[in-house]
Amino acid sequence: MAKIKSLEDLKKMREDMKNKISLREKGERIDNLIQIKVSMATCGIASGAKETMDYMVNELDNRAVDAVVTQTGCMGYCYAEPTIEVTLPGEEPVIFGYVDTDKAQEIIDKYIIKGEPVDGIIPVNFKSIKDE
Amino acid sequence: MAKTKNQILVCSGTGCRASLSEEITDNLKQAIHENNLENEVQVVRTGCFGFCEKGPVVKIIPDNTFYVHVSPDDASELVSEHLIKGRKIDRLLYVNPETKEKISDSKHMDFYKKQIRIALRNCGFINPENIDEYIARDGYMALGKVLSELTPEKTIGLLIKSGLRGRGGGGFPTGLKWELTRKVKAEQKYVVCNADEGDPGAFMDRSILEGDPHTVIEAMAINGYCTGADKGLVYIRAEYPLAIERLKIALEQAREYGFLGNNIFGSDFNFDIEIRYGAGAFVCGEETALIHSMEGLRGEPGVKPPFPSEKGYKGQPTNVNNVETYANIPPIILKGADWFASIGTEKSKGTKVFALAGKVNNVGLIEVPMGTTLREVIFDIGGGIKDGKKFKAVQTGGPSGGCLTEKHLDVPIDYDNLIAAGSMMGSGGMIVMDEDDCMVSMAKFYLDFTVEESCGKCAPCRIGNKRLYEILDRITEGKGTEDDLFKLQNLANVIKDTSLCGLGQTSPNPVLSTMENFPEEYEAHVKESKCHAGQCKALMQYIIEEDACTGCTLCVRVCPVDAISGERKMAHFINQDICIKCGACMEKCKFGAIYIG
Repeated sequence: MAKIKSLEDLKKMREDMKNKISLREKGERIDNLIQIKVSMATCGIASGAKETMDYMVNELDNRAVDAVVTQTGCMGYCYAEPTIEVTLPGEEPVIFGYVDTDKAQEIIDKYIIKGEPVDGIIPVNFKSIKDE
Repeated sequence: MAKTKNQILVCSGTGCRASLSEEITDNLKQAIHENNLENEVQVVRTGCFGFCEKGPVVKIIPDNTFYVHVSPDDASELVSEHLIKGRKIDRLLYVNPETKEKISDSKHMDFYKKQIRIALRNCGFINPENIDEYIARDGYMALGKVLSELTPEKTIGLLIKSGLRGRGGGGFPTGLKWELTRKVKAEQKYVVCNADEGDPGAFMDRSILEGDPHTVIEAMAINGYCTGADKGLVYIRAEYPLAIERLKIALEQAREYGFLGNNIFGSDFNFDIEIRYGAGAFVCGEETALIHSMEGLRGEPGVKPPFPSEKGYKGQPTNVNNVETYANIPPIILKGADWFASIGTEKSKGTKVFALAGKVNNVGLIEVPMGTTLREVIFDIGGGIKDGKKFKAVQTGGPSGGCLTEKHLDVPIDYDNLIAAGSMMGSGGMIVMDEDDCMVSMAKFYLDFTVEESCGKCAPCRIGNKRLYEILDRITEGKGTEDDLFKLQNLANVIKDTSLCGLGQTSPNPVLSTMENFPEEYEAHVKESKCHAGQCKALMQYIIEEDACTGCTLCVRVCPVDAISGERKMAHFINQDICIKCGACMEKCKFGAIYIG
């Protein structure tokens, strides 16, 4: 381990180390971040939700988009797996179906970065008890 | 390689470790391995989260789910349910005791809402055994900034302007203390970290050293640069093995990275730190006694002046600061004096860490801005008194402090207000008492502690406290006289005025403040031979209410000394000469027929 010899060295090192705790810092301000939930029940995983999730995590990270990707349980749209729910800060959550990696890229490009609508939105057709 | 998607933070402070958090970590790793998630999920052992009441605590990142009372058996479910299927485990979530609502994110819990974490900023957030995580949180940036951009004078000026005062209890302005040591000319100077935390029920310093040891190392190096010392010493009690272990690891890493050693940050400043172990004597928290102990002498205090800033360790100028004081310094340097001075009250700036203990719902470690009221601390953060009982008093400042009562609940906590209210800040222990606590017994408990801990050097403390204890013991035995109350007060004042060091000067405080706030309790003990709280065993009797007793004979069977007699289906009675007052009969009686009289 080379010793740190200047403030510049330390600043550089801090940047290199940031990723060790960035996930935790995001957690602290999760309410103000873009949140993506990937439905990871058996049906989702069988249809490739894991690949979708990996892709989204890597892609968002590469493009330095401030977002949190988490897994969630079955959303009930088993016919349209993999499904993901995207919540832009201050907006209603939107659910997309049939999200393979191509679709994921489109969602990131258009909806997440530019805020433009994308095909494939599943209208939410139920209420959960918390809404009442 | 897949990127880390989740981190699991497991509290690895002494409290949670005692309730098996290490096994939780092992089981989590095992479950992650079984599910082939090693590349995606990381388990991180952190310092104390503070919510010790609900430990062991496990937090899942990034969705910030806060699981409480986790057991090692829950580990595989956490992985298979939460991480793989994304379903939160309901039964492990925190339940708001008032609304009965489940809260998964700690940010929304009352316990955390009113807290501002400066000294504890990294506790429960980073892995204390990993210097890289500390660096990612701006670690050692303050040291780098001071060494490359600021002079010692400027740095001290910054501290004076920030208004930081010593967190060990006395409240002496930290910047001023550094300035005093800096001004003395000497070949060799020392900086010391006082980690001899001895108050019963206090664990602030231990938690900081366990959860964020690097912050103390960094601040000590800054102290060395400002005062002109190249040697640092941490005086820590040997009964804190985990804190010592983590500190050792941290020192090793800091040396490896060049934050300790020669030419730190390419400057001509050299600094290194050694650990010195104490045997756990309360008096060694007093700085002159601490220095004697480090020199290999008996842990006895000396006469001040000369203060350690002039003549301390080995006769050289020595700057002694407490752990929590150090933990505040790096953020002040990075964020500025004005930022720090904007928090708190007029004369007490910043925050204070308290160890909340006793009859309060949320026992734990908290950090609140100065000026927060006791009511907010005990009822909002602490969640009120256990079992819906009534609040009676809170002891702040440990055995050196005093008790505060109902009428002090709305006093904003700061150094000066607490002294005006007859107590003191102390290092931050806060013991909450309810209606079942007898204040005479409480004073006796603390006196017992100080008698034990007195070093014996000066007569008022050695003999006086012993006599105080004997008088209190008499009173709790029901053998006190009215004359005793007068003697008690008189002797307490003499001890305060004539003792050599802080231990003796403050040891009568619990007696004086309970006499001041609860005179009627002392009188009841002495005049009526009654302890209304029912804690003084000699003054109470278990009595069977004849009308309510059905003669079921259950109490006869549980009584360990056969003190209860009576015919079946007839009222029973307790022979007070035999009764040892264990309370087993009252606990077992199904009809509530036994009461304390």
